[in-house]
Amino acid sequence: MPDTPEATGTASRVDVTDAAADMLRHLATTHGQLMFHQSGGCCDGSSPMCYPVGMFRVGASDIRIGTLQVEGIYPVDVYMSRSQFEYWKYTHLTIDLVDGRGSGFSIEAPEGKRFLIRSRMLDEAELEAFGLATHGGAAG
Amino acid sequence: MTITDRPDAEAAPAAESPNVYANPGTPGSVVTFKPRYDNYIGGRYTPPASGQYFQNPTPITGQIFTEVARGTAADVDAAVEAGWKAFPEWSTTSVAERAVILNRIADRMEQNLELLAVAETWENGKPVRETLAADIPLAIDHFRYFAGCIRAQEGGISEIDHDTIAYHFHEPLGVVGQIIPWNFPILMAVWKLAPALAAGNCVVLKPAEQTPASIHVLLELIEDLLPAGVLNIVNGFGIEAGAPLASHSNIRKIAFTGETTTGRLIMQYASENLIPVTLELGGKSPNVFFADVADQKDSFYDKALEGFTFFALNQGEVCTCPSRALVQRSIYDGFVADGLDRVAKVKQGNPLDVSTMIGAQASNDQLEKILSYMDIGKQGGAKLLTGGERADLGGELSGGFYVQPTIFEGTNDMRIFQEEIFGPVLALTSFDDYDDAISIANDTLYGLGAGVWSRSGSQLYRAGRAIQAGRVWSNTYHQYPAHAAFGGYKQSGIGRENHRMMLDHYQQTKNLLVSYADGPMGFF
Repeated sequence: MPDTPEATGTASRVDVTDAAADMLRHLATTHGQLMFHQSGGCCDGSSPMCYPVGMFRVGASDIRIGTLQVEGIYPVDVYMSRSQFEYWKYTHLTIDLVDGRGSGFSIEAPEGKRFLIRSRMLDEAELEAFGLATHGGAAG
Repeated sequence: MTITDRPDAEAAPAAESPNVYANPGTPGSVVTFKPRYDNYIGGRYTPPASGQYFQNPTPITGQIFTEVARGTAADVDAAVEAGWKAFPEWSTTSVAERAVILNRIADRMEQNLELLAVAETWENGKPVRETLAADIPLAIDHFRYFAGCIRAQEGGISEIDHDTIAYHFHEPLGVVGQIIPWNFPILMAVWKLAPALAAGNCVVLKPAEQTPASIHVLLELIEDLLPAGVLNIVNGFGIEAGAPLASHSNIRKIAFTGETTTGRLIMQYASENLIPVTLELGGKSPNVFFADVADQKDSFYDKALEGFTFFALNQGEVCTCPSRALVQRSIYDGFVADGLDRVAKVKQGNPLDVSTMIGAQASNDQLEKILSYMDIGKQGGAKLLTGGERADLGGELSGGFYVQPTIFEGTNDMRIFQEEIFGPVLALTSFDDYDDAISIANDTLYGLGAGVWSRSGSQLYRAGRAIQAGRVWSNTYHQYPAHAAFGGYKQSGIGRENHRMMLDHYQQTKNLLVSYADGPMGFF
């Protein structure tokens, strides 16, 4: 099973906007407990895919980068492949919602919406908390 | 594709070809979409079981121009069943008969080139000069290529010993599922359809929900050429129609072009049904320019600058987009200055104008994703050299999804160098020597395409062999002939498309092991 990178204190790599949280609550009423897997590659890639828990098989090649606490529904785990995480570990991700449609098999598409990742670089305190503070490079 | 072969504004267009095609459905347009498209199952247009439709906008203006069936598992079931009903007869047609049908499809497309090109541009947002010169002509040639391949294909006879012969026959798989991407809606469908049909399979095809309509414009042209049930099209959303197709217990193969997470999900489904998959999952293709490119400022140098600018082709929405440019440090400043100059000449405008070089991104969510990556690039410390913003082209185009061609300078560990943005965004960096170039080129999770540019044949060859990618364009880029294999190393996928070898992905091997000996083997 995927592991979770350790953090001290309350530091988190993932967050969710109000619009995305509303959509998650809406989707949970028909799909039950939800999770995200961050996709790479072409077309609808480089986007977070939302599935009912159990639909997508996560494995040892994945890492759980965080868990979204959305009021009213079960916590939503966020995964990505371990290899991709190597390039993403210096960024904080916020899952947002925009108008759209196509999205692989992600379950929000029929709603005319699309989950989207917004990113920012981790700040000093967060780097410290994730044990990355010694890194001198400007990984984007 | 050789774009100079096209009839364009400079090269004496046919008298009746306009410089700007009229919007579909308006007076003077070469194509009119229907107000609604149903699913196509068993040779008939069939309303979706759900009774629901979804609206389809053109990325050129953002306006809705048709609505399309919202297919679900019930429609997929009916389509698979229709495929199996057609399969016994279709699979036993002679190869000559199937080849004739494919050639007739190609002819019909050729006779309707402008109609298909304008429909595809309106659907996807790409410039009509590309659909006229590349998308549709390549699709036409693809049908002809596989018509030829299936005629020329041979089975095998192996003489095991004097009395024992192994015969090897190619047999079709049965009903296969194909999930099509939105960046080349017709061409990517044909890449999968032509070999599958040539080999004698029946197909259930699920177009991308971003581009669900242009395939029906093609289908209406060729519908009478194919027996009922051989080609079935179920439109709809990935979760509602794509997943039921990929997980269907009665398909014999699933082919998918898209991204890694869905690719994994499709393999997961395929493992449940023990069927083969082919996956094409994109890349982050390096385009490597060695110093000797700049030895002279001649036509080869000019060609290399075009190669640098190819990241903007099809708005960067190509799985093999050369989205990482690696330029040798000794020529870096001058080459990049000339490259920026060339990029500045890329004409952005109405995709239906034949002089437009870069059109609209295919969807609003794609536009939003590209803008989010520009934000990541800026935050991550990359230096913006040009572009970096959404483009507002004014008038009715203001509602469309346009992005400026953009170049960031940075280092290969940045996210914009590692993730497929699928937009006209180039990540530019330098290298010191050959080893450095290969090291940076291969420092990626993907391996679909690559470009190498050099005047030295040996350097070109060595670099091409050292880069871990399925297609290394050498002193060229973005050519997609049917006769060259296309597919990925590493996380870019499994299997190949194009080339005669593609038939293998749609065929079983039947071995008849025959003894001509008169007597028993002697065991019992």
